[in-house]
Amino acid sequence: MSDAVVPHRLEPNAQASRSGTGWLKRALDSDIFYSFRRSRMTMVAAAVTILFFLLAIFASQLSVQNPFDPAQLQLMNSRISPLWTAEGQSPFLLGTDEQGRDVFSAILYGLRISLVVGVLGVVLAGTLGITLGLIAGYFGGTIDGLILRIADVQLTFPAILIALLVNGVAKSVFGNRLDAMSTLAVLVVAIGLSFWVQYARTVRGSVMVEKNKDYVAAAQLIGLPAPKIIFRHVLPNTMGPILVIATINLALAIITEATLSFLGAGMPDTMPSLGTLIRIGNNYLFAGEWWIVAFPGIALAGLILSINLLGDWLRDALNPKLR
Amino acid sequence: MLAFTLRRAIQAIGVMIAVGVIAFSMFRFAGDPVNQIVSLDTPAAEREAVRKSLGLDDPVPVQFARYFGNAVQFKFGVSYQFRQPVSNLLMERMPATLELAACATVLAMVFGILMGVYSALRRDTILTKFFQAVSLIGISLPTFLIGILLIYLFSVTLGWLPSFGRGDVVRIGWWTTGLLTLSGLKALIMPSITLGLFQMTLIMRLVRAEMLEVLRTDYIRFARARGLTTRAIHFGHALKNTLVPVITVAGLQFGSVIAFAIITETVFQWPGMGLLFVQAVQNVDIPIMAAYLLMVSLIFVTINLVVDILYTIVDPRLRSTISRPA
Amino acid sequence: MSVRQTLLAAATASILALAMAPASAQTLRYANQGDLKSLDPYTLNETTTHAHLGHAYEGLIARDKDLKIVPALAESWDIPEPTRWRFHLRKGVKFHNGNPFTADDVVFSAERVRAKGSNLPTRIPSDAKVVKVDDYTVDFILTSPNPILHSQWDTWYIMDKKWAEANNSIAPTPVAATSPSFASLNANGTGPFIIESHQPGVKTVFKPNPNWWREPEHNLKEIVFTPIGSAATRVAALLSGEVDVIEPVPIQDITRVDSSPNAQVLKGPELRTIFLGMDTLRDELLYSNIKGKNPFKDVRVREAFYKAIDVELIKTRVMRGLSTPSALMIAPQLFALSKDFTRPKFDPDGAKKLLTEAGYPDGFEVTMDCPNDRYVNDAPICQAVVSMLARIGVKVDLLAQPKAQYFAKVLKAGGYQTSFFLLGWTPGTLDSHNVLHDVIGCRDDPKSSRGENNLSGYCNKEIDALTDKILQEADTTKRDQLIKSAYAILDKDFGYIPLHQQALAWGVSKKVKLTQRADNQVLLYWATKQD
Repeated sequence: MSDAVVPHRLEPNAQASRSGTGWLKRALDSDIFYSFRRSRMTMVAAAVTILFFLLAIFASQLSVQNPFDPAQLQLMNSRISPLWTAEGQSPFLLGTDEQGRDVFSAILYGLRISLVVGVLGVVLAGTLGITLGLIAGYFGGTIDGLILRIADVQLTFPAILIALLVNGVAKSVFGNRLDAMSTLAVLVVAIGLSFWVQYARTVRGSVMVEKNKDYVAAAQLIGLPAPKIIFRHVLPNTMGPILVIATINLALAIITEATLSFLGAGMPDTMPSLGTLIRIGNNYLFAGEWWIVAFPGIALAGLILSINLLGDWLRDALNPKLR
Repeated sequence: MLAFTLRRAIQAIGVMIAVGVIAFSMFRFAGDPVNQIVSLDTPAAEREAVRKSLGLDDPVPVQFARYFGNAVQFKFGVSYQFRQPVSNLLMERMPATLELAACATVLAMVFGILMGVYSALRRDTILTKFFQAVSLIGISLPTFLIGILLIYLFSVTLGWLPSFGRGDVVRIGWWTTGLLTLSGLKALIMPSITLGLFQMTLIMRLVRAEMLEVLRTDYIRFARARGLTTRAIHFGHALKNTLVPVITVAGLQFGSVIAFAIITETVFQWPGMGLLFVQAVQNVDIPIMAAYLLMVSLIFVTINLVVDILYTIVDPRLRSTISRPA
Repeated sequence: MSVRQTLLAAATASILALAMAPASAQTLRYANQGDLKSLDPYTLNETTTHAHLGHAYEGLIARDKDLKIVPALAESWDIPEPTRWRFHLRKGVKFHNGNPFTADDVVFSAERVRAKGSNLPTRIPSDAKVVKVDDYTVDFILTSPNPILHSQWDTWYIMDKKWAEANNSIAPTPVAATSPSFASLNANGTGPFIIESHQPGVKTVFKPNPNWWREPEHNLKEIVFTPIGSAATRVAALLSGEVDVIEPVPIQDITRVDSSPNAQVLKGPELRTIFLGMDTLRDELLYSNIKGKNPFKDVRVREAFYKAIDVELIKTRVMRGLSTPSALMIAPQLFALSKDFTRPKFDPDGAKKLLTEAGYPDGFEVTMDCPNDRYVNDAPICQAVVSMLARIGVKVDLLAQPKAQYFAKVLKAGGYQTSFFLLGWTPGTLDSHNVLHDVIGCRDDPKSSRGENNLSGYCNKEIDALTDKILQEADTTKRDQLIKSAYAILDKDFGYIPLHQQALAWGVSKKVKLTQRADNQVLLYWATKQD
């Protein structure tokens, strides 16, 4: 989707490149806030995103049980329909699943996993991609070629395939034994390894443009070391597009995690993420127990939708040509 | 030009070798294939014999050399599950996947371009808002959720469309097609939509962005000044200029459409290569998994190579490849 | 494509569709969650494969709708002396290719099923001699008496010697064949159906055999078999009428299928017993926080586990009523004295007390291995067990994985790497000896195949001694008493925790009438379909 458009479209504008450090200030200046306040949709999306983050952070306070603790699950309470239906029972607002797990609590804890995996995955991908992109762009030559080749190989595998492979390898390396926390780590690594290329290419492109500019030559002349030039002067100019990529990638990372869990290669049933909940719930859809799949599905779609809306707005706001 | 082509070709081969190493080494160590092909009460001695006859006892480099040597000749060994040459199985399944991927791509291009053009030209109508909403849904709903929704709605509740498989297919030579029967066409609808929705979103956004940009250029202004009709300007010039990147992107995406068919094929039990791959993963069928990976990589690398070469002729700006998740 | 071309293509398509609209009155479409792998009947010892191939192939004996042994390719047999069985073959039977069926084919099949590469070598003892007396009489000469010799012969399918020789298929196709044999892609049996086409993983088409020796009960002119792995899709296909028979129906969908106007669920108890096992062999558990000793060696701990599990709640909530809680490691249909056994009562307080007595007042931690795509609701059962054990303080870390990885870890080939597991077992002989020998017998003798699938390592020599007597005992009453004493010892030891027999659930269109057999073989030659 917009990945195709972003990298070559969001060259840092001339204004930004003149003084690197002021980017953040400018990002918050009236122009962007103006566009934010003008778009009601964006404000709703921002509110929903914040709400989801808050729900995830305060999951343990807001839920009626810890769905990850088997001792708190009562098989007696299994398959109760939502509160407002005829068979609804307090305190199970959105009903319970086959194991007596409260769907509302499970969604909160599942959100937490989705967001943790998503955010950490994006951070990992970003760190990896930015570092490699800076190196490739600044030094050029053999290193550049090598990194580009690695990127090529990596692009041969779509994210979901890479993630499946990383998962499989981890399982075999750890002798089939992966507890929930290591699965989480594997998912983060899988997503991180799947998404770094865009950052690298974007940063590399920007750096190549920047490094031939006079101020970099001047910095080199006065003897500033390369890392310092990169981090202090070149990097800040690429932050705009990176922020856009990161936002959109967060949505993609959450989808990837959910898909992996849906295919059974992600979070286990005892520590379900939203994707796991949907996989479990899908089995009960025909049985009329729609709430087990519907609410996690709505939560997942709502989360991704609102993050995407934010990403769209951010891209348009940083790229006035499109407005 | 020739030197560039040659260099890219050599790089492509290098990529394929790297993929081969990765594919082989990963799949060699994921799961024990022996347990899948013998029954639960097979004695250990027999299991050991099976392991030997599969060559799973040889040193890893030997296993790799054997595998890669065969793969170059399009011999991927015999599937553990089906006891048939993997290349036969892949050839058997390939028409299903290619047909699905092609339909999804055509669907995505037709609707993506139409919606993109419309929303670029009529930027504030209700329909444009609707298209934008559709495109947001296209990228915000995971593929599997769309598939589940469609099946629940059109197969289970309404009973209009089949929920699985290809319907009746017609065999033409080694190719099988579902395009010539009513049931085959009906079976194509939901999987194509599921698979193509993401592509459609992508193309619509791309077309819209390109159109907006082209419409701002001087020569369009000049055309307007010359008094050409709006229609001629929009479709004769603006759209024509837009189509190059659109077709390039659609081409580049074709490889990943095939790869992403994994999810769609699983949801709709579409008898293509993706489903074969998922079944192979579940059954630790190493030969199929490795062959599939190499096939997809080959398609992907070939498309990349062709596009790379075309870039230099058409538009060097487009040198960014697109990736997508589920 | 231009508009005109599109229209043209659409028109062509609809004409073709009309021309090819099949009269599918008696075409039965059947979908199973599993696939038909090789067509070679000796490649894989697996129930679903046997059932599929049973349409094209037949054995000397067959099992009828109640699983009773009945004559098939053998018209009759007698046992002139305990170590010699004589089979009188049916005359006038022809293979699908027209070759006549004779004693040569039986001798050939007996060699082939025991040859290297066969997955069913235990069908006939390796030291037994198979002798052709005349064209329609065959003797099986044994080295020791074996009253259940023919009990698994319903799935020992007889192959055509001439056909196999002509097509280079004398040797069985090994499970690990490096090239596909003719026999794995083609079938030539004597059975009621001829396999017309076979696309592995996609579909297999069966046509009736017009020259079958028996009067067919079915009215089908075609069976189209398609594997559909996804449970939801399988159910959707049945409800929308795309297929006529599915196996299995996920139990949560049974009500919905039953309430639909065009399909219903055939239910019945299955012969497979689902049970839990605990590693009682190792001195220290592989996966536990208790070091230096093995808590499962203490019978009180095993009893506590047994009593902490509320199998009735699992039945009503997880299995939705479709399971039969079991006190034994074998289904009641397969053992006449089953009703003499009852499960100890669910008693969490007693269990807690037992744990305290055994020195674990705060419980302990252990990892449980569980498949998640093998048995009916296997992973949900394990999750329920985990939460029940959590109430007596035992913290169970659940490792639920696909059967490929699960079996690779817990079976002998994986070094029995498990401390606590869930498994299911159907004795292939439909007899207790198989359970006592393979699952309960000691696995301490590496040369013997006893205890091959005894994942817990439970060992009681008394049971082993009884098991050996059981094999040779021909008197049913005495034999049942011996089996009963063996099970009683196991019960006292709390050696295993049997949970239940799961239910069969076949989804069947209301147009189709079908017989359901308790071994879960879907046999469509007993099916009729209305227009």
